[in-house]
Amino acid sequence: MTGPVPSGPVLSVRGLTRDFGPFRAVDSVSLDIRRQSITGLIGPNGAGKTTLFNMVAGALKPTKGTVALNGADITGLPSEALFARGLARTFQIPRPFRRMSVLDNVLLAPPDQTGETVVGALFRRGRMATEEARIRDKARAILDFVTLGALADHPAGKISGGQMKLLELARALMGDPTVILLDEPAAGVNPSLARILVERIEELNQRGVSFVIIEHDMDFVMRHCDPVIALAEGRVVFQGTVAEAQADPLLLEAYLGTAA
Amino acid sequence: MIGVISYLVFFATMAGILAIVVLGLNLQWGYTGLFNGGVAAFFGAGAYVTMLLGGRPEPGQFGGFLAPFPVAIVGGILFAGLIAWFFGVLTLRLRHDYLAIATFGVAIALESVARNAEWLTGGAKGLRGFPRPLEATITALGGGDNFLYGLFFLALVLAVLAAVYVGLERLTRSPYGRALRAIREDEAAARSLGKNPVRLRLESFVIGSMIMGAAGGLYVAFYAYVGPQDLAPILTFQVWAMLIVGGAGNNRGAVLGAFLIWAAWTASGFALAALAPQAMQLYTGPIQYILIGSVIVGMLLWRPQGILPEQIRQQGRN
Ligand SMILES: Nc1ncnc2c1ncn2[C@@H]1O[C@H](COP(=O)(O)OP(=O)(O)OP(=O)(O)O)[C@@H](O)[C@H]1O
Ligand SMILES: [Mg+2]
Repeated sequence: MTGPVPSGPVLSVRGLTRDFGPFRAVDSVSLDIRRQSITGLIGPNGAGKTTLFNMVAGALKPTKGTVALNGADITGLPSEALFARGLARTFQIPRPFRRMSVLDNVLLAPPDQTGETVVGALFRRGRMATEEARIRDKARAILDFVTLGALADHPAGKISGGQMKLLELARALMGDPTVILLDEPAAGVNPSLARILVERIEELNQRGVSFVIIEHDMDFVMRHCDPVIALAEGRVVFQGTVAEAQADPLLLEAYLGTAA
Repeated sequence: MIGVISYLVFFATMAGILAIVVLGLNLQWGYTGLFNGGVAAFFGAGAYVTMLLGGRPEPGQFGGFLAPFPVAIVGGILFAGLIAWFFGVLTLRLRHDYLAIATFGVAIALESVARNAEWLTGGAKGLRGFPRPLEATITALGGGDNFLYGLFFLALVLAVLAAVYVGLERLTRSPYGRALRAIREDEAAARSLGKNPVRLRLESFVIGSMIMGAAGGLYVAFYAYVGPQDLAPILTFQVWAMLIVGGAGNNRGAVLGAFLIWAAWTASGFALAALAPQAMQLYTGPIQYILIGSVIVGMLLWRPQGILPEQIRQQGRN
């Protein structure tokens, strides 16, 4: 990271609202994501969690409200403008570039590559090659970090669903993000891969990356996330520490089942 | 013997020109997933403008500026690019199928202009009379025989083909090609990684169309003629068949497909002319269509990736 690390929340959302026709999927959500936290975002199916992510990440335009990243207003910026600003996200259903190798999926990501323009690719071959060698080393290291090193040359469409989730994390990491939004990273991932994923997330978090994680698995949330935000029917219904979440009878009833 | 060789030179020249068109389509469809349903429009646009700029003046006819061939063909290339840019800007932000519909429409519209705007395009009879590059000099060298010029022109076409091939290989095996493939595979994911799909699609579409325009310019110089049938959907159809058979997303496949399908097309034409009963001679064109159509369908069923499939890894080694 270059420059002074800004203080204050890494993300702040104010009055964020999204309508789909007459239906309000997200309803004036305001929240701050604490820098270097692993914030858990929970809520029943259809609560508006993914819609909220999509608005923060620029994939959906908000009907109302604002989003600030590291203190700068990013409301309405298109999704492609945010990666270079340090915001990365993964998808609930993994979206690998299927007919590209795992390595190419990762090599793609760094912003502003010389060879990424027509002129650069045709005429700045030397600079492109030097840069490509550096990117390749970094991509190899990141693939090893998420335990996909051995699959580098496989088509990304042919790896397992859990590996695709790791691949999405690897792609995100190529941009040296300050904040990563993970949409159900552990869903459908076998326990050993899920353990790897959690270890990597915690390791990155130690190095200063902030995370917002949508997750249905309460055990996962209670163990690895703090603070916790709960959405229901598009509204924030709970915001607090894990301890507070565990002590909240309504939340327990709604999301953990009365048996808990 | 010399007749056979002459014919082979003629065949290879036309196949080479078509291979350039297929390479243009491969950039658009193979690498970027852009469905161009009006290949003939961009080829024809290049051909007509090259003719207007570089052709001989005719009384009552616009054009015929006798521009040197390189100037004329560059004009044709730029015009093809301009049309692509215009329709690209209009449609590439929209759903994918709009581009297919728009390009199809452009080809129909241009064909209609070519047929009707006589002052500009010569109408149904087209435009003829094009001073081919270096023709006088080279024919004189060959002792007045035009065989040598045929060879020269083939070499010219193959040189352009090689240049286009090398340029596209560089482009598609670079981070640029990686970004094109990524937006083809999954636009939302590519955007989340900072890639701008509108810019990339527009560039790919315009460059591909300019390559088609260049092929059109060579075609005009080869035949010294251009007419409305050069804008007809049959060309679009043939070029698609070439790309599907050769292998979309593989530049070598695109060139191979062009030569194979052009060989099959000409051979089926000969065979039908020689073998089909008199009463059916009128229908050899439609029969060729059906044959090529069957090749496309068969290929899509049994080997959809083409003879030389796209490589998963961008470089040979990683
Ligand atoms: N593009 C869309 N058009 C119309 N309705 C939508 C659209 N996207 C989401 N919705 C609706 O908005 C609501 C919130 O959806 P969202 O995907 O944000 O929920 P979620 O909290 O992520 O749920 P889950 O836990 O099942 O992933 C749902 O009722 C959904 O049907
Ligand atoms: Mg969701």
